[in-house]
Amino acid sequence: MKALYGLYLDPESAQNAVDALRAASSELKFDRRRIIIASGEPHEGYEFTDSHLTVSGPYRYAVLGGIAGGTLGYLLTTLTQNSYPILTGGMPLSPAWTNGIIVYEMTMLGAILTTLVTLLIGAGLPNFKGVISDPGIWAGKILVGVVDPPDGSEPELERRLQQAGAEQIKRS
Amino acid sequence: MQPAAERIEKDLLWPIFHTSVKYWIAVGVAGCLVLAGVAAFGYQLYAGIGVWGINEPVLWGFDITNFVFWIGISHAGTLISAILRLCNATWRRPVTRCAEAITVFAILIGGIIPLCHIGRPWLAFWMIPYPNQRFIWPNFRSPLAWDFFAITTYLTGSAVFLYLPTIPDFASVRDAATGIRKRIYRVLALGWQGTPRQWQRLEIAMHIMAIAIVPVAVSVHTIVSWDFSMTLVPMWHSSIFGPYFVVGAIFSGIAALMLAMALLRKFLHLEEYLKPVHFDNLGKLLLTMSLLWFYFTFAERLTTWYGNTPSEMNVFWSSIRQQFAPLFWIMVFCNFLIPVPILAVKRFRTITGTAIASCTIVVGMWLERFLIIVPALDHKFLPYSWGHYRPTWVEDTLMAASFGAMALLYLLFTKFVPMISIWEMKVGLQPHGGIPVSTPEGERHGLVLEGPLPLDEMR
Repeated sequence: MKALYGLYLDPESAQNAVDALRAASSELKFDRRRIIIASGEPHEGYEFTDSHLTVSGPYRYAVLGGIAGGTLGYLLTTLTQNSYPILTGGMPLSPAWTNGIIVYEMTMLGAILTTLVTLLIGAGLPNFKGVISDPGIWAGKILVGVVDPPDGSEPELERRLQQAGAEQIKRS
Repeated sequence: MQPAAERIEKDLLWPIFHTSVKYWIAVGVAGCLVLAGVAAFGYQLYAGIGVWGINEPVLWGFDITNFVFWIGISHAGTLISAILRLCNATWRRPVTRCAEAITVFAILIGGIIPLCHIGRPWLAFWMIPYPNQRFIWPNFRSPLAWDFFAITTYLTGSAVFLYLPTIPDFASVRDAATGIRKRIYRVLALGWQGTPRQWQRLEIAMHIMAIAIVPVAVSVHTIVSWDFSMTLVPMWHSSIFGPYFVVGAIFSGIAALMLAMALLRKFLHLEEYLKPVHFDNLGKLLLTMSLLWFYFTFAERLTTWYGNTPSEMNVFWSSIRQQFAPLFWIMVFCNFLIPVPILAVKRFRTITGTAIASCTIVVGMWLERFLIIVPALDHKFLPYSWGHYRPTWVEDTLMAASFGAMALLYLLFTKFVPMISIWEMKVGLQPHGGIPVSTPEGERHGLVLEGPLPLDEMR
């Protein structure tokens, strides 16, 4: 996978570059999803960062994961206690008080594991092929570019990236 | 912002790429302690659990003291970090990773101790609920089974809570490293690129984790306290034990965290990141916990004294006036009388002052765990069953090894992971610590004015 990208010193010029590439996508006939943005820290308050989008999926999945974990805990305790009864000295065979502890812990474990899985899927991790990164982003710069630019479009893309205020233009 | 970001990157990656002689000496000392513990444990496996000083009626000694102590230490990290994240306290940034690492390692060490205690660790898998032909299932009515579930959940949650915000920093090391190191960090970073979507999902995940981990942390130490309070041993069967243990755990955990921060600051040269303000803020929290601990200790003893039950009074007087009195009063000095004046007076609440207070608290809280367990078992209901406990060299060695293991794990961690979250520090460089003003989010944080905050304040 090859890429053409520019490194930007501030989020404003990165936003300009993203806007320029979006405009170029229809003119140069490439999919907008090929536009790549990467930074060494999250930038909030800019359109290109997606921070304005409301995402509720992970919260819902965490709740669902918690419910699934709690149900599993309930089944684990009650089914085993009833399948393999032991002498309890007159106490209930399947006591809600003590089983509640297992159900609680399993609920939280379910929510935690679901959150982890949701993050990995949502963020597209793990992804060991085609990682486009530049040491510059760890120095505070923002990478904006196009993955697999269409043939013959590179000079125009380079011009637009430069025009948006790129400190450096690179190819990978 | 770029020069500052580069500086942060350089400073915080420095310990990963440079190793001093002092580091290897420290690793060597901690490693020797761990090896001594392994040898002692090997001897215990060969000779049997009788090589410990535990006996009838004191069947829990140093091992369970250490177990409760380390689970308590584990409380600081994740709990403090999660609360500070939820409150969006900007000064948390240099502190959180040091704290989260303590949690994971302390809970690992605490979790290993019951395996030593059961005497036949190769049968520990009986705790795992799986269908088997012997029809042996964990007894879900037993606090030991609750411990298993609670500690597993807390360890998993804490490890995830530590790992998630470390992924971007692993990517940072990946891009700075070469050779085999680059390949290792490539795997650890999971192919992180830093796209807006990845950042957004990471922050949401951290938010959910922070919400989920706080009740889990509280439940873990409450459940550990139920190991005691579910029994009818004098002075154990008490409803105050849950909150008492949680307060003690947070207290000892913060002390351990401050001690670790002071050492990291000195030896990793993090003076510009772990500033006096961090020690001052945590020092105030430690002061609050010291006062709370004293109140709970007083409340626990008051109800015993007022009830005046003979069996409980035997334990009460044995710890205050008789054989355990020296340890009891050392505990009061270490947990209250020494740290409170240091932490209450601003002039003494310096890095050195808080480190001294933290040292005494760690010692005092270990004694507190010991004094909860041993005097009560020593003096059960009928005098004919009273006994004495004296730890043997095997238990002493295992205890020293647990401290060595903590030091070793922490030292190795500093070699592989930036001890301060690099990307979070960079967020702190952004105006208003990365929180956009003039947006609903900014308004939620009370940011209505334009203009950056001073750099020091943001850190």
